[in-house]
Amino acid sequence: MNIKEYITSGILELYIAGSLSQEENEEVHNAISENQELLAEVKSIENAILQLTAFAKKDATYSFNDIKSKLKGNNPKVISLSKPKASLKTYVSWAAAIMFGTTLILSVLQNNQLKEQLASRNIEKETLEAQIDSASTSLAAAEKLIEVFRDKDIVSVSLDGQTVSPTSYAKVYWDKKTNSIYLDAKGLPEPPKGKVYQVWSLKLSPLTPTSLGTLNSFIADANKIFTITNANESEAFGITLEPTGGNLTPTLEQLYTLGTVQS
Amino acid sequence: MPEEELILQFREKNIKAYEKLYNKYCDSISGVINNIVKNDDVAQEITQDVFIKAWNKAGTYSPKKGRLFTWLLNIARNAAIDYTRSKKFKQSKQNLNADFFVDILESSSSLDSSTNTIGLKEFVTKLGDTCKSVIELLYFKGFTQKEASEELGIPLGKIKTRNRTCIGELRSMLSI
Repeated sequence: MNIKEYITSGILELYIAGSLSQEENEEVHNAISENQELLAEVKSIENAILQLTAFAKKDATYSFNDIKSKLKGNNPKVISLSKPKASLKTYVSWAAAIMFGTTLILSVLQNNQLKEQLASRNIEKETLEAQIDSASTSLAAAEKLIEVFRDKDIVSVSLDGQTVSPTSYAKVYWDKKTNSIYLDAKGLPEPPKGKVYQVWSLKLSPLTPTSLGTLNSFIADANKIFTITNANESEAFGITLEPTGGNLTPTLEQLYTLGTVQS
Repeated sequence: MPEEELILQFREKNIKAYEKLYNKYCDSISGVINNIVKNDDVAQEITQDVFIKAWNKAGTYSPKKGRLFTWLLNIARNAAIDYTRSKKFKQSKQNLNADFFVDILESSSSLDSSTNTIGLKEFVTKLGDTCKSVIELLYFKGFTQKEASEELGIPLGKIKTRNRTCIGELRSMLSI
């Protein structure tokens, strides 16, 4: 190694500053422990920096006695003095750590709980929305019915119970403008299995029945009001009980209700 | 007693040896800290903490890692920088005026009128701006070559030689 070049490279100055890498530090350490000239140079640089930095100290004065009592070492008194302080600090640290940990766990738990609450609130909200939705649909339907009942152009026909079922009744609201009838069948009993109600439009002389269709959704329908298209010049309406699928002609023995149109 | 021996004893927690090392280095360590925290009282407090800390971790020091002074410098800078990140420091920051070690030196009210004090004052007055910055960053702030190069806009390869020239001026003024 060329000692002069090594010195003039400026590496020793940086060695004192502490701005070399771990590797470079070891390299310089090995070099100065083998070469007295390098060691002397390092000491000179260090001395210069020591003096320079010391002058940035300003007015504070230092005495080793200020810290002596805080050093744990050969003096047993020092140990007994400093120990409680250190252990108190340790206790405080542990207490703080435990508190922090507990707080953390609690907040995680709380967070999960809140998430669950939020999820169940969302489900409740959806249910309510569905209820509101169906309620407003029902409301719209009810409003439509009221409209129908109040319309002066709509013909109302009462269908009374017949021999097979004297207590049955039904009502037909016939809107001739739209060729449709609203059948209120709430007064009919639930049809037995395999049977279905069939609605007929009738001409009286001669008696000519025309099928308006079967009430397939009778059981499922909550308000038992059915909207049916009717383009016939009806003189009466009748409802018979027929086998599922309906019949071509009404089975008059199973005529539940019948009503004539008042003109 | 040669320093090498003192250091050996320090690593074995010999208080008498440590006292000698303390007396040798405490002013410099305090100067570096004061240059960072800009407050005499705080610097005094941190300096004591640094020497207590150094004592507690005496066993971890090895000459292979660098000079003892350099090792102490590192602990001191870190402690001082930690303090500057604290709330306490940020609250008192507005009262600061001196930015560089040169300002502290120039405004020093120290009654010590030894040749070196006068010489140092003269030295820093004459010192070029680049030298002031290089010394500030490398010795007082603990920048790496790369950091100093980036901070000052000087090519990385030149930091080393530029610094050597600056320290050379200092040494010739101190005759060491």
